[in-house]
Amino acid sequence: MEILDVARWQFGITTVYHFLMVPLTIGLALLVAIMQTAWHRTGDPRYLAMTKFWGKLMLINFAMGVVTGIVQEFQFGMNWSAYSRFVGDVFGAPLAMEGLVAFFVESTFLGLWIFGWDRLSKRLHLASIWAAALATVASAYFILAANSWMQHPVGVEIGPDGDPRLNSIWELLTNSTVLAAFPHTLAGSLAVAGTVLIGISAWHLARRHRDTPIDDPDRRVWHTSLRLGGWVGLASFAAVAVSGDFQAKLMFEQQPMKMAAAEALCETEEPAGFSIFAIGDLTDPSCDNVVSVTVPALLSFLAEGDFESEVQGIEDLIPAYQEQYGSHYPDDPRLGELAGMPIDYVPSLPVTYWGFRFMIGFGTIAAAAAAAALWFTRGGRVPRSRWFAPVALASIATPFLANTFGWIFTEMGRQPFVVVPNPTGVDGVYMFTASAVSAGVSLGEAVFSLVALTLVYAALAVVELFLLIRYARAGVGGVMRPPWEKPDPPDDDPSGPSDSGDDDGDGDAKGTGQDVLSFAY
Amino acid sequence: MDLPTVWFFLIATLWLGYFFLEGFDFGVGMLLGIGTRDEKERRVLINTIGPVWDGNEVWVIVAVGATFAAFPDWYAALLSGAYLPVLFVLLSLIGRGVAFEYRGKVDSVRWRRNWDRIIQIGSWVPPLGWGFIITATVTGLPIDVNGDLRGGPIDLVRIETLLGALALAGFSLLHGAVFLGLKTDGDIRWRMQRFARRYGALLLLPGAALLAIVQIRHGSAWTAVVAGVAVLASVGALLLLPRGRTGQAFTLLGVMLAAVVVVLFGSLYPNVMPSTIDSMFTLTVAEAASSPYTLSVITWVAAFGTPAVLIYQGWTYWVFRRRISTAHIPTVRVP
Repeated sequence: MEILDVARWQFGITTVYHFLMVPLTIGLALLVAIMQTAWHRTGDPRYLAMTKFWGKLMLINFAMGVVTGIVQEFQFGMNWSAYSRFVGDVFGAPLAMEGLVAFFVESTFLGLWIFGWDRLSKRLHLASIWAAALATVASAYFILAANSWMQHPVGVEIGPDGDPRLNSIWELLTNSTVLAAFPHTLAGSLAVAGTVLIGISAWHLARRHRDTPIDDPDRRVWHTSLRLGGWVGLASFAAVAVSGDFQAKLMFEQQPMKMAAAEALCETEEPAGFSIFAIGDLTDPSCDNVVSVTVPALLSFLAEGDFESEVQGIEDLIPAYQEQYGSHYPDDPRLGELAGMPIDYVPSLPVTYWGFRFMIGFGTIAAAAAAAALWFTRGGRVPRSRWFAPVALASIATPFLANTFGWIFTEMGRQPFVVVPNPTGVDGVYMFTASAVSAGVSLGEAVFSLVALTLVYAALAVVELFLLIRYARAGVGGVMRPPWEKPDPPDDDPSGPSDSGDDDGDGDAKGTGQDVLSFAY
Repeated sequence: MDLPTVWFFLIATLWLGYFFLEGFDFGVGMLLGIGTRDEKERRVLINTIGPVWDGNEVWVIVAVGATFAAFPDWYAALLSGAYLPVLFVLLSLIGRGVAFEYRGKVDSVRWRRNWDRIIQIGSWVPPLGWGFIITATVTGLPIDVNGDLRGGPIDLVRIETLLGALALAGFSLLHGAVFLGLKTDGDIRWRMQRFARRYGALLLLPGAALLAIVQIRHGSAWTAVVAGVAVLASVGALLLLPRGRTGQAFTLLGVMLAAVVVVLFGSLYPNVMPSTIDSMFTLTVAEAASSPYTLSVITWVAAFGTPAVLIYQGWTYWVFRRRISTAHIPTVRVP
């Protein structure tokens, strides 16, 4: 095994893992901010319960998102030092901006929100969750701008040392690729939060509220949450589809090889059909053994917006790439066993082909689940069927899977490049993944960190799931005394009442005061 | 001052902010193991930093991110060169961050004890690691002409780097105890103040030794003056502690830290990482810096962003300014 493989596995594992947490944080933070706004406007205790319950799940998940994010920022330098030197002038800027203008806001205001329930006025407390939620969105924008530059390098010129040099931050931040990727990712995040709301609420409704009256406050919490999740799920699916179509058109133009691989399109076709599924040996680069079931002319539509256009296939693209970027890796000893070897310009076909299909497929299932959930709960109904709750719970996994496959597709699809040369990107700016890896790091160190991070991540995944399930099952009672219940006689906690006496907070909500510190840590 | 120098100065400032802020919250985490008697006291400790530790941690994320943007060669050489120490810091920060959030989520003694242990390890390792890593960048690494490390992780272990590790950990522990003297009330407050009085001088000793070595080997006349300020401030802090002037002592500890950081980065300048193999391979501020355009872009962002951060983080400390004691800790409510 070469250090390149180890570094790639580590990057893949840590990134996919990080991106399980991030969409849930982004989506839930926005929805919690909306719930708290509803509470602020109406004073309806149902919205307070929703804010606290879903807010708690968001926090359990947020902690993991933060700590896995630090690894992302550091490992460019640790494992990819050659890459860092090559792109530092460009790539570092959006990362630094993310820290300075987004992540600082996110962390500070989330701390204020968690502990500020009885310290801040209601209005300031509401502003805190909005600041944190919007900062997560801004965070996503900067990170996607950095990633998009690797997919489509713009806003740079080649400097005197041969490395790209930023000459327009504006072009980098308004890269067509990030303008497409950002709405797509944001919608994908909201889809995650939507199905989480649906799945957990459906379970509570099915378990507890088959026969409770329609105005029962607990039932109303779950019903409202489910409906909110359903609408968010549907709307985000629409946004995902529109932005995804836009993204695909850009990709045909910017990275034709990635899309040809995503379609297992070996020969150029005119018009080209969209493959639904393929049978045969996708690992065979000549694609002689692949039989694909296609919808005629649909791929031409995806690529160019009409049903006639020619779409270039892998076998015609290979010679074009070889002519432009060489047929063999340079004879550089730092490339290890790849030095002097022929360059394989075709990304892994099984990964790109199935990654693309799974992304779309799981996304569609999530949307269908959202539509079904809305239908079954129309007019305040509680579904009577046995299978509704388990299906809704299972559907929680689908947008996570769709996001994961989407990222695997988009990152693996650009191999063998880490910075992809594009017809519309700046000419001559590209880097092979093989030459990006750290030269000063030993294989032993790299393997050790891969194993250590993977084990720690795996252990934490178990803990996070355990806690999420525990709090999800407990419902509103797990995070606060339900606002519609009478308080217990004050014998369980002698220190509680004395606490509320000496504070200067004016925004204390009924029933929240003594729960503040237990809501926090 | 040219832009690369401005950014060198800014990055030093970010590290100073990080060591100061996360310094005391690391100290609080360390004291969780050695300064508490029961669960309520542990919750008091954690709640003193609960609202702010996450914001404090962002200082290092921005320090490293800014290094990537302003000095890519420094970023690449440092993080790949100090690979294992950086990895251990990362693993500890992962555990610590999660532990704060998760320790109170299940009402079980064993559950809390395990997370408390992770908080303690996660509060000891990062200051040790950062002290080690920053001293390594000041005193040099065996880097070759490409900026890549020659040799293995053992080559980083030297008397200076070890002192650096102990110095930052010692400072954090003391700083944490003094901070708790300010933030808590009742029995725990007096115990923390006594701890700071008793062990203060001992905890600052490795820092003093490191300061002397760096000043003698790498320092200049003006850094000697700043080193003098550091010594005076630490003596002042140690003298104020027995008189119960905790706030003033806390401030003087901050002054001392600032002076030490100035001496470290001041004797590093105009380099960002000396090579211990050959001074020809030493990375300098000018060589390692990004292009003027990139620097001016991030300078604008920092010019607006940094004051804003200081204002809202300062406000956070103001919002949570009250002392906390065991009387404020309610029964945990967990499902």
